[in-house]
Amino acid sequence: MRTKLLPLLFVAVAIGLWSLVSSLQIFSNLVLPAPWEVLEGFVEEAASGRLYQDVVASLFRVTIGFGLAVILGIPFGLWMASQPVLRDMMLPVVNFFRNLSPLAWIPFAILWFGIGDAPAIFLIFIAALFPIILATFAAVENIPSVYFRVANDYGMEKGEILRKVTFPAIAPQVITTLRVTAGLSWLVVVAAEMIAGNDGLGFAIWDARNGLRMDLLVSGMIVIGIIGVILDRLLVQLTKIPGVRWGYEQ
Amino acid sequence: MSSKTEEPIIEISQVSHAYGSVRVLENINLKVMRGEFIAIVGPSGCGKTTLLNIISGYENPDEGSVCRRGKLSMIYQKDGLFPWYTVSENIELSLRHITKSEQRKKQTLSAIRLIALEGFENHYPHQLSGGMKQRVELARALSGESDILLMDEPFSALDYITRLKMRGELVTYLRERPRTVILVTHDIEEAAQLADRVIPMSSRPGSILQVREMTPPRPRSLTDPAVTNMVGELLKLLNLQNGHHVVNIKKGEDHAL
Ligand SMILES: Nc1ncnc2c1ncn2[C@@H]1O[C@H](COP(=O)(O)OP(=O)(O)OP(=O)(O)O)[C@@H](O)[C@H]1O
Ligand SMILES: [Mg+2]
Repeated sequence: MRTKLLPLLFVAVAIGLWSLVSSLQIFSNLVLPAPWEVLEGFVEEAASGRLYQDVVASLFRVTIGFGLAVILGIPFGLWMASQPVLRDMMLPVVNFFRNLSPLAWIPFAILWFGIGDAPAIFLIFIAALFPIILATFAAVENIPSVYFRVANDYGMEKGEILRKVTFPAIAPQVITTLRVTAGLSWLVVVAAEMIAGNDGLGFAIWDARNGLRMDLLVSGMIVIGIIGVILDRLLVQLTKIPGVRWGYEQ
Repeated sequence: MSSKTEEPIIEISQVSHAYGSVRVLENINLKVMRGEFIAIVGPSGCGKTTLLNIISGYENPDEGSVCRRGKLSMIYQKDGLFPWYTVSENIELSLRHITKSEQRKKQTLSAIRLIALEGFENHYPHQLSGGMKQRVELARALSGESDILLMDEPFSALDYITRLKMRGELVTYLRERPRTVILVTHDIEEAAQLADRVIPMSSRPGSILQVREMTPPRPRSLTDPAVTNMVGELLKLLNLQNGHHVVNIKKGEDHAL
């Protein structure tokens, strides 16, 4: 109860102050649009269907880019952990790209993929891929050897060990990384669309700024933030699976 | 009760082992009979775990050889339960050879009943106390088909009362289904209460000091003179009398432990 009410109370007070400042007209609307203007702008965007299209466009890009990073990153991390030569060769490389801001890829993204879905998907993929590889790899390296000994003692085959020991042992850490990288993807898609998009929420707020529609800019920001929180809440559900809870307790 | 036979099931011949320049084991010779209960006691770091790893075949000795004639299961010094499996799933690991899932479930349940953890079948290890986890480990190792049970300080993390109870449970298990046991322990009393033969080890390099026979049948009372005598002798052998660890302590200084 308290954890639900207190944030609501804070938001209500903040909006109250915001309304007060707006009605006193201390700042121009270009610096700070009034709450009711933002609401009107939101309704306008929602009614025209543009908001819906932008949300779908952004979510689509994140789903594809992040999905590809997961599908390729986890197996690659596992592979790296199982092949010493590959690990020695790739670990510094993966580390390098992990520490290179995904935004540094924006020029190449545009040069290679132009404008639209492809550059955004590429940037999200790059942003999520390396942390996922690294986290999977590190999680495998950190599995206590006693689990493999027990698996051997009870006669598990290689494939079985992968399914019944390696996967569940790394699951908590990998899930945590998926949460972080999904959040990262949502940050990156906004930046990508601002520069290399002609739709999507990032494009929408950039377009609002260019058109001096500060009301639409703020309503867009609020939508982006709320969707980000919802995505995280959805991924938190993964941590509630009974077989991974051990990784988040004690 | 002892189920000791005259048929050797493990033969350790002239085993020596070193990690780098550290000589850990020196010329270990031991013949374990089928059904026998061996307890190995010795100070920390004397090579007990290393010896178990060599017996189990997990590690190859630098010198000497080990011959085993039976299936082996091991209880590890630390956290051998899969944290992503429930109590019953962990126990079922040792029943994988049973193809009928009904039969497997039945055996799992009876193992859980034996360790008095009914109601905890679907709990995960992190939801159990140290003693409960140890009981699950015991149930898992003992419900399988192995002939030889290697135990590496299985009760060392438990409080005294729980430890006594676990000894009782182990004895009960072995009465129902006799096997060969090698128990590694710091606990001299535990060794004297449970084993057919107690083997004190010295440190650096680890070698067998003596082999002491215990003849009274199990279960043995803690106050059984044979047990108390053996505890006294072992204390002497391991230089632990009077509560003083006299090894490495200079004369005239009071270093009561
Ligand atoms: N993998 C290893 N690499 C290098 N040294 C090792 C390794 N395993 C054990 N040792 C060394 O071998 C010696 C014996 O270790 P071991 O684990 O067998 O002792 P222990 O008798 O089981 O001790 P404890 O009672 O504390 O468990 C120690 O000095 C330890 O430092
Ligand atoms: Mg040890």
